[in-house]
Amino acid sequence: MSKLVITSIGPASSIQDAGRPGSQRYGLVPSGAMDRLALAAANTLVGNEPLAACVEIGPFGATFAARGGAVRIALAGASRNADIAGRPVAPDTSATLADGETLTLGFSRSGSFSYLAIEGSIAGEPTFGSLAVNARAGLGSPYPRPLQAGDELQTKAASGAPERRIELPAIPDGPIRVVWGPQDDEFADDTKKLFVDSEWKISPTSDRMGYRLEGPVLKHLHGHNIVSDGTVNGSLQVPGNGQPIVLMPDRGTSGGYPKIATVITADFGRFAQTPAGRPFRFQAVTMAEAQAAARQFAELLRSLPDRLRSIESVDLNLDALHDANVAGYAVSAIDANTWQAEAAGPD
Amino acid sequence: MAAPLQQPRLLQSGDNAVTVEFSRTIDDAANRRVLALDRALAAEPIAGVTEAVPTYRSLLVHYDPVQIGFGDLGDKLLALAQRPVADTTAARRWRIPVVYGGEHGIDLEDVAKTLNTTPDDIVRQHTAGDYRVAMIGFTPGWSYLSGLADFLHLPRRQNPRLLTPAGTISIGGVQTGVQCLAGPSGWHLLGQTAVRTYQLHRDPIFLLEPGDRITFAAVDAKTFTEQDRAAEAGEFVAEQIPA
Repeated sequence: MSKLVITSIGPASSIQDAGRPGSQRYGLVPSGAMDRLALAAANTLVGNEPLAACVEIGPFGATFAARGGAVRIALAGASRNADIAGRPVAPDTSATLADGETLTLGFSRSGSFSYLAIEGSIAGEPTFGSLAVNARAGLGSPYPRPLQAGDELQTKAASGAPERRIELPAIPDGPIRVVWGPQDDEFADDTKKLFVDSEWKISPTSDRMGYRLEGPVLKHLHGHNIVSDGTVNGSLQVPGNGQPIVLMPDRGTSGGYPKIATVITADFGRFAQTPAGRPFRFQAVTMAEAQAAARQFAELLRSLPDRLRSIESVDLNLDALHDANVAGYAVSAIDANTWQAEAAGPD
Repeated sequence: MAAPLQQPRLLQSGDNAVTVEFSRTIDDAANRRVLALDRALAAEPIAGVTEAVPTYRSLLVHYDPVQIGFGDLGDKLLALAQRPVADTTAARRWRIPVVYGGEHGIDLEDVAKTLNTTPDDIVRQHTAGDYRVAMIGFTPGWSYLSGLADFLHLPRRQNPRLLTPAGTISIGGVQTGVQCLAGPSGWHLLGQTAVRTYQLHRDPIFLLEPGDRITFAAVDAKTFTEQDRAAEAGEFVAEQIPA
C-alpha cells in the first residue's frame, strides 16, 4: 500500500467526487467537484472511473509526499506550477512520484481549483456512495473536513503504466451562459437587461456554498423574501442588498430569495473556476440552446478516454504557458462565517 | 366528473431541473398537491428524472437533459399533477419530546413577553398543535412544519444567530421547525429535542418524511439528558403513534 502524505496545503482544499445526489428531499446537498470536467480529465489520465474522488485544491499552493511506494498522479483544472523533485509536471498530464519524492504545486495562475487524481483512487468509506466532503453535515472520507497538513491518503502502488496527457478543447473565454428563472418575474425587464449588460466580479468572500457577485444593484419588484423553494447548482439568488449569490455544490437545498437566473450545466465548471476579482459577463440563452450545450458537454465527458495521448507527443509551448501566467493570482479568502447568517439562515 | 385541478406553473431552474409551482404563498392545499405529485412521480417514474425535492409550494424535479427535454418532461409532469389528491394520506404520526425554555430554549421568555403571556402558556399552545412536515431542507433533517397556531406567528429575528444548537425547536413566521444539526438560524428558540432527524449509521438515516404528522410533548431536563444518550446510541426517541 502506498500513500500520499499532505505536507502543506491551503484552505478550500478537500476530497471531492461526483457527490451524493438523491437525498436533497431530506436537506442533504450533493456536494461534489466544483469543476466536473477537470475532475473527469484527471481521473481519466490515471485510468480511474471518471468521477472518482480527487483532491480538489484551492487557489493556494500545496505539497504532497509519496510514502511506502511509488504513487502515480495526474493534475487537471486550474493551471499552476507543478514539479516532482524538481521535474516539471505539465497540466493535463500524469506523472509518478517515486517513494519519498515530493510533488510541489504553486498558486493557481488561471482558474481557482486543480484536481489531483491518484491512480487506484483514494481509499475511504463512502457515505451515500460518495467520499465528497460536506463539512457542515460531517460527511466525507477519509477526512470529513477540508484537508490539512499531516493528512494521509491511502492508495495502491503505482502500476508503472506509461504516462499520458489528455487533449482538452480550449476553454471558451466568452460570457457565462444562463437561462432565466425560476423567479425572473420578480424583476423588471430593465433589471434583467442590467444583469446581462453589466460586468460582474466574484467577491473574495466566496466559498463552496456560494459565490457572491459584485456589480450593479439588482432591484426586486416585490421585495426579497419569497417562500423557500428548491435550489440547484448555479442558482443566481438575489438577497436584499441586490448583489447576487450564485449557489455552488455545498449550497442549502432550499432558499428564500428570488432566483433571477441559473448558470447552465455546460458553463458551471468554467464559472466555478473564475478567479475572484476578474471581470466577466453573463449571457441569457434559450432552454433549447442550454440543453443542446448540456448534451454536448455530456458528450465531451464521454469522449475523454479517446483524448488520451502518449506523453512523447507533448509539445510544450512555453510561450503559451507564459501567457497563462498573466491572468494573475486567484486568491479567494474562504470565510463561510462572514455571510452564512445573512445568506443562509432558514427561511 | 370533477373539474380539472388548476395547473401548476412550470419554472425553468437551469437546464437540468424544473420547478413545478402550485402557489406563491404558504398554502396548505398547495403543499398537499406538492406531496401528491411527489408520490405520483415515485409511483410512476419518468425516465430521465433523477431526484424530486418537495417544498412548501413547489416540487423541484431534477433530470438529465440527455434523456429528456424540458418540454416533454413538463407535459408529463402536468399530466401527473392532474391526478386526484387524496383527502387523507396514510401519514405517519410522531410524538417528539421537547425540553422547553432555559438553556434549551433561550427565547421562550422573550416570546412570552412579546405575546403578552407566560412561558407556560407558550409551551401549552406549542404542544397543543397538530403539525405536518411541509418540507425538509436547508441542512440535513431540518424539518419545516405547517400548522402553527395563529397566536404564535412572529416575525423572524432582526439579527439571525450564527450558531444555534442541534435539536433546536423554534418558531419563525407562520412555521415551526425541528432542526437537526447545529447551525445558523433567525428563528425564535423555544426548546430542544434529543431526536435526531438525521443520523448516520442508523436505519433509517432520515427519520422524518415530508407529509409526516408531528406533535410535541414537554419533558424535563433530566429526561432530555437520558433521551439524548439513547438517541446518540441510535434510538429514535421520537415515538410513533397510531394515526
